Amino acid sequence: MIKHLSILYCLFCVKLSVQSSPDSTNLIQSLVAIKSQGEGNREAMKAWPQVSQFPPSAIPQLLEAMNRANDLGDNWIRAAIEKICEQNTTQLPVQRIIAFLQDHSNQAESRHMAFQILQSELPSKADQLIPSFIDDPAPVLRQKAVELILSKARNSSAKPKAIKLYQKALIQAREVEQIKEASRELEEAGEKINLIQLMGLLPEWQLMGPFDNSERKGFSVEYGPESGKGLTEQHKNKDGIVKWEKFSTQDELGLVDINQKYGELKEVCAYARTTFHSQSAQSAHFRIGSKNAWKMWVNGTLLFSRDEYHRGKTRIDQFIIEGKLQEGENEILLKVCQNEQTQSWTKQWEFNFRITDRTGSAIHSSGSTIK
Amino acid sequence: MKNGFLFLLSLLSPLFLNADWLQFRGSLGNGGTSINSITQFSKENKNSWKSELPGRGLSSPILVDGKIFLTASSGPKQETLHILCFSQNEGNLIWERKFKATGRTICHEKTCVAAPTMVSDREVVVAQFSSNDIFCVDLDGDLLWLRGLTYDFPNAANGLGMSSSPLISKGVLIAQVENDADSFTTGIDLKNGEELWRNIRPKGANWTSPVLLGTGKNQKVALQSTKGISLINPTNGKESWSYQNGASSIPSSTPVGDVLLVPSNGLTALKTRTGGNSHTEVWQDNKLGPGTGSPAISGNRFLVINKANVLTYAKIDSGEILWRMRIKGPVSGSPVATRSHLYFFNEDGLGQIIKLEEDEGKVIATLDLQETILSTPALAADGLYIRSDKHLWKISQ
Repeated sequence: MIKHLSILYCLFCVKLSVQSSPDSTNLIQSLVAIKSQGEGNREAMKAWPQVSQFPPSAIPQLLEAMNRANDLGDNWIRAAIEKICEQNTTQLPVQRIIAFLQDHSNQAESRHMAFQILQSELPSKADQLIPSFIDDPAPVLRQKAVELILSKARNSSAKPKAIKLYQKALIQAREVEQIKEASRELEEAGEKINLIQLMGLLPEWQLMGPFDNSERKGFSVEYGPESGKGLTEQHKNKDGIVKWEKFSTQDELGLVDINQKYGELKEVCAYARTTFHSQSAQSAHFRIGSKNAWKMWVNGTLLFSRDEYHRGKTRIDQFIIEGKLQEGENEILLKVCQNEQTQSWTKQWEFNFRITDRTGSAIHSSGSTIK
Repeated sequence: MKNGFLFLLSLLSPLFLNADWLQFRGSLGNGGTSINSITQFSKENKNSWKSELPGRGLSSPILVDGKIFLTASSGPKQETLHILCFSQNEGNLIWERKFKATGRTICHEKTCVAAPTMVSDREVVVAQFSSNDIFCVDLDGDLLWLRGLTYDFPNAANGLGMSSSPLISKGVLIAQVENDADSFTTGIDLKNGEELWRNIRPKGANWTSPVLLGTGKNQKVALQSTKGISLINPTNGKESWSYQNGASSIPSSTPVGDVLLVPSNGLTALKTRTGGNSHTEVWQDNKLGPGTGSPAISGNRFLVINKANVLTYAKIDSGEILWRMRIKGPVSGSPVATRSHLYFFNEDGLGQIIKLEEDEGKVIATLDLQETILSTPALAADGLYIRSDKHLWKISQ
């Protein structure tokens, strides 16, 4: 009983003293400071019961903390905000939450959380805000505004009006399925859509291969192209000398079908390289789709590798890897591996690739895309 | 007085055990229960209800202390992860927690991010998702700890989706994260979410769930993969014995006493020896291979639904087949059973109750819920709990 009273007293004190006091800042920091592999869990476990008892006026402070948190800290804070809202539905600082949502300098995920609070507690207010997200840098918010336009287009009985809506959706959409839907409808209406240009898919590559991937071991073998000696390099495979050779895909979604170059081979690897001109040094999302095992280097640095074959189909934006473009030329090198399986659904040896900014907007190469 | 209370509790505990359904395929993890349940279906009964769900899921409900816990996933990329708590009597939502996925959410169209079933030790509930996010909350929904195993190990993912349900044994959460690229099973301290051990596991897609073998201090955990079975100590991950004749990557093993029915070369019964450090093969029958769902235990019998929608009733001790019958499939979830009845739903939402007799099985009730059902029911004395794509249902009689 005494223990329970003391806990209640502590929580009462926390409520009284929460307005950005050093204590509350430290408690929140315990949630922000969470690291991978459970590091920081003990501190977060101590802090969370108190943070979740903060008054609703602390929600903007918690949303701001989400700006600084990694994905794990985001979830700790998210759960605390949800608990606060659950206990205080009538006292939410609505205008401050809306102001936070509308401030594009806040992180996409924390702004989305602000929207979710409104959606949960004041759904009509949240709905009113959705059209304003049409140019939003947060993909998850923009997606909602585009969905609204697509929905109007689907339900429009007047074809010219529907076409205008689909055109608007196509320009504004950053999410692949929305782009596909709008372009499909417009093509059915007779418009020609260049999805490669629109989405920034890279259709032109230099290919080198095939190299051995018996027993899937080639994935880990550093064949010559990984030494990065340039386009004039030549290397040996089991059949002789191989060189970089130009390959352009005609696929409307930029799918590079390596089988077209080398035939339907099994237990092989190939390399693809291209040069991408960036107007400035900038953060970027390197987006690859492949149902084969692959590795990706940007300017000689391995960004990610994935040793998995034929688990589902190749999709656009299947893997989104954060990285940096340097100003001027950037060398993109991919290794794409095919395994030994013989079923009909395992014959594909392919990839697609594009580069976007954090909002999902395509970054186009400012010069020649191939060198 | 204290000893008297403990004695009374020990007498009552089997009743509590039977009233709850603490993990995938029941508290024993074998689809079986010793309680009696419904023998008819009625959606109209005043005790039956359905509640809308905020997202998709293949996970099953678990039942703890009058509450139902369930997961769902929603959003354009299934990036929102829901943990839901409903009242067992009324079906009303008591609380909901929403998190964001920190791991990959791409799945095959048929499955989804909310595929693994939750687990509870009656103090806490733990949810694992295909994104390999794990959340431990108390029964009131307060967050105790969380982990993002794909956040920690970025290649721990399956392009088709993950579905292994976690287990709790001796205060350790066992999370199986087995796939082509970075395959492991880990033991996580239930108190604080910290890793106690992590075993590198065979590379390859693996949708099976670990199961508990034995009880009390002798309890071990059986991990299944295409290589076979590895029986490990839950507190340190050390292997006690292994079986290396291969096993399925979809239906899971079924424990009963010291016997493990393994989907291997059809079905293989392994018996762990006293002390748990070795095993013997009791029988093997290639006619008893399960389809997608795992075998269910009913007393000293077991039931298997195969890929051709044939239900087989057989003896645990010998594998002797007593009868076979065709059922209306296809069935993705696992069947569950009392000592006298078997319960399952096919993918079209048709629920079926089979009365189990020694010489034949009889379909005694059907119910068409008219929604896609790919999950496994939970059984209680007062009804059956099942989730469809859109609803959580309680069906009484």
